[in-house]
Amino acid sequence: MMNNHSENSNPGKTKRRDFLNILLGGGFIAWLGALLYPVFKYLEPPEVEEVKVSNVKIGAVEDMQKDSGKIIKFGNKPVIVIRKKSGDYIAFSAECTHLDCIVQYRKDYGQIYCACHNGRYDLNGRVASGPPPAPLKKYGVAIKNDEVTVFEEAS
Amino acid sequence: MEEKNKKPKGKILSWLDERYDLSGLLEFAKKKSVPKFRETIWYYFGGVALLLFVVQVISGILLLMYYKGTEDLAFESVHFISTKVSFGWLIRSVHSWSANLMVLSVFIHMFSVYFLKGFRKPRELTWYTGFGLLAISMAFGFSGYLLPWNELAFFATKVGTDIVGQVPLIGEPALKLLRGGTDVTGATLSRFFGFHVAIFPGIFVILLTLHLLMIQRQGIAEPEDYQKLPDDEKKTIPFFPNFAMRELLIWLIVINILAILAVFFPWELGNKADPFSSAPVGIKPEWYFLFMFQVFKFLPGEILFLPGELVGVLLFGIGVLLWAIVPVWDKKTARGNKNRLLTYVGIFVIIFIIVFTILGFILD
Repeated sequence: MMNNHSENSNPGKTKRRDFLNILLGGGFIAWLGALLYPVFKYLEPPEVEEVKVSNVKIGAVEDMQKDSGKIIKFGNKPVIVIRKKSGDYIAFSAECTHLDCIVQYRKDYGQIYCACHNGRYDLNGRVASGPPPAPLKKYGVAIKNDEVTVFEEAS
Repeated sequence: MEEKNKKPKGKILSWLDERYDLSGLLEFAKKKSVPKFRETIWYYFGGVALLLFVVQVISGILLLMYYKGTEDLAFESVHFISTKVSFGWLIRSVHSWSANLMVLSVFIHMFSVYFLKGFRKPRELTWYTGFGLLAISMAFGFSGYLLPWNELAFFATKVGTDIVGQVPLIGEPALKLLRGGTDVTGATLSRFFGFHVAIFPGIFVILLTLHLLMIQRQGIAEPEDYQKLPDDEKKTIPFFPNFAMRELLIWLIVINILAILAVFFPWELGNKADPFSSAPVGIKPEWYFLFMFQVFKFLPGEILFLPGELVGVLLFGIGVLLWAIVPVWDKKTARGNKNRLLTYVGIFVIIFIIVFTILGFILD
């Protein structure tokens, strides 16, 4: 593209032009960066101060039928509470470790089931079958004066 | 004498011609033609997609008059549109059905261009812009699906965005960018609403304009077999009025199909999304994501020490990328030889999509 004649006759001029081009190009990129940086930063959602929840009361022992499960709000996270056939309570994070769907207790399987991709967990939260790559996070359950409390276990 | 022939007839045209000199444009319109051969039918589908896009814009603007894009009101406003607003159910049903038909015709258009090798030099950029339009069409579908804020949409969005989160390196920030936080919440709805009604239409219109301008500039692609014919055997259809009239007829048929679907199979709304309820049994995504969904169901938790979903995301990503850059790797067609491999790959992809889509429908 460059005119050969001027390049040969005056190499210094070319160098000066290259230098100016680099300066201008670099300046342009820096300008673009200054423009885009706030936009990208703006799109990044700010960390919202979450109310730290360490335990949630879910009612009296007999409120839940044996061999059933329900989803409770644990702060802003869903937690599945299951009352086993034996009457014991257990609780796990309700977010499937596969692709984030919310699991449910299936009486017919006696297992925790995720309807999105047929993932199954046993009642210890371990993967029984299907695509989930990891077990469900366990929550603790305490019963005191006939009141059931779900709490986050120290990890 | 010749000069006179070029002059347009009619008051309006001659008024315009006096001011803007339409002779070039009219000459162009007169010369424009479409090759006529066995596969001419496929040339109509780009136009069908265009028609359905226009239907989407119009019905979408109408829905905007009542829709409210917040967590508390989205479901209620769509319910209001479907039950209280005169013909609201129809407008919403048209919008949903037209979206599906549009994705379908974009896919048919893409495959026909692929098999007829319409992407080869000098039309690479038309292919790339077309691929961009296909990607945005699917993004339109995915973002629009969440807007009614119902149960199905909520979980589809959870899964879809979680898959994005599996991508190495950029996954985590991309997930946050899409969801507007770490979870699918009202913030996600606001963002998807913005994508759906502002960002995607903007990009789509720019790409579509380029796509159409390139086609006008280069003329419609001729497939290999047709190109090899001697000139006197090359049959063509004049674009105006013959091809345009046929296209109009097909548009009329498509509008009728759309009307039948929209009226007799009104789109359901389902239950309002509840971030604290289990995913319903039998949950499925839209049909055009179904084959991917089904593949993810079959993938085991771990493949060669890597998480199964990650392997799935990587394989799909590589496949889509290879498909998108077919003008780069298809050297054989570029040299004027038949590339059978390309055809076999295309057939394999279609069979793969059909089989997994059917499995997705029949398996629980």
